[in-house]
Amino acid sequence: MKLRRVWGIILRQLYLYRRSLPRLLEVFYWPLVDLLLWGFVSLYLQRTSRDIPVFVVYFLGALILWDILFRAQQGISVSFLEDMWARNLINIFASPIRIHEYLSGLIVISILKVVIAFLVMSTLAWLFYSFYIFKLGLSLIPLVLNLMAMGWAVGIFTMALILRFGQEAEVLAWAVAFVFMPFSAVFYPVDTLPPFLQGVAAFIPSAHVFEGMRTLIDSGIFPAGHLMRATLLNIIFLGLSIMVFLRVYALSLRRGILPKIGE
Amino acid sequence: MDVLLIEGLSKRFNDLLALDDLSFRIGRGEILGVLGPNGAGKTTLINCILGLIKPTAGRITVFGLDLAKNRSTVLRRMNFASNYVSLPYSLTPYENLMVFANLYEIEDPASRCDEVLDLFGLSALKNKPARRLSSGQLMRLNLAKAMLNRPELLLLDEPTAGLDPEIAKKTREILVELVGSEGISVIYTSHNLKEMEETAGRVLFLNRGRVVADGMVKDLIREYETGTLEEFFFKVIGDEA
Repeated sequence: MKLRRVWGIILRQLYLYRRSLPRLLEVFYWPLVDLLLWGFVSLYLQRTSRDIPVFVVYFLGALILWDILFRAQQGISVSFLEDMWARNLINIFASPIRIHEYLSGLIVISILKVVIAFLVMSTLAWLFYSFYIFKLGLSLIPLVLNLMAMGWAVGIFTMALILRFGQEAEVLAWAVAFVFMPFSAVFYPVDTLPPFLQGVAAFIPSAHVFEGMRTLIDSGIFPAGHLMRATLLNIIFLGLSIMVFLRVYALSLRRGILPKIGE
Repeated sequence: MDVLLIEGLSKRFNDLLALDDLSFRIGRGEILGVLGPNGAGKTTLINCILGLIKPTAGRITVFGLDLAKNRSTVLRRMNFASNYVSLPYSLTPYENLMVFANLYEIEDPASRCDEVLDLFGLSALKNKPARRLSSGQLMRLNLAKAMLNRPELLLLDEPTAGLDPEIAKKTREILVELVGSEGISVIYTSHNLKEMEETAGRVLFLNRGRVVADGMVKDLIREYETGTLEEFFFKVIGDEA
């Protein structure tokens, strides 16, 4: 692993964001809109239904954590799209960079995007709703890491689909994460789902993270079981997504897809 | 030692045989022009040498190393520019070069970026977003990127297509000077036969993925009893039809 090459990939994205106000705003815009809209909805619901005293905490916590997964995924797949749109992929892949160095660069970018969005959302939630997510303490760290890992897995899988199917598949960069949202039980407990979907949720890492978050809020107990299952599933998800990407990359070299992608 | 050795290279895309058992070699400091009509396999050949397309059969050896097994090592010592591939428009020329200076692990990247910008007359534009550059300036930026790592093998896919004659001539002059001073080997594709005649010492004529002629420009013109490379081109195409 050559760190200079990884830095090259990071630098390309940093320059891009430094020079592009719309892209920079995008990092803040959706977290802000989500937080304002769903924060006030949850405040209203809490006032009208006093049966769920921690409704706002559940909801805002879930909203902030879901954004981590989404940003982590976007950090990978949209960064790849940026090079496709710029017709720059050939320049990159004709350079000495190796695939694992390229992926590592995208993962670092994804971490940067997650950190920025997380800090923005956490600060706003604290200012607007007096919700302080860091109250969850150190337990927050494994929750966040698991969501980031799942975001990377989904992002790498999305990148494989875009590489395989070309520009037509770029919409997936915004859509794929949301396929997992209903089964992830982001805003409701898993037992709200019909039994067969609960079976599906058992195999989704994020479902265990959000169940863990609710356990932590309710009882203050570290959700070790949920986090262990989430971690194991994430290892499988990441392994599978990297395997799919490498296979698609090898296929693209055989079929001559790479030089034509983005045309 | 050959800089590039191609042996029995073939590439098939479903029913299309894009490259058909190509074999040739390039020595140090040689400029090889690759000629041929559209669909002859010129760009496929370049992409195979860059490792962007995996050959169906055959072997590519660069600097004595098997490309398939040493892709990253080999690519560090070569580079390419194409009129059909862009650098990101949102970045300035300097930023674009800094990105690639890191990808190619160039020592003292800032100085080298300034050096190549100066070489291609882009110093005054180094901090302007690339989108504000003219097509000639963008192509010169591509060439500056291609020279960043002081390549020993340079692949140029129609580097002067779309440039006005004066800028194309200037670009060619810079390239020829660099090849002379740094001993770079070049593979050069172009549809401009006059340009090819002026730039390349040797040409490889491809048609339907096969090598139909390979030799020094003056020898081929004499052998085929034509006055110019253009007449040679039409004669070979006519013979092949």
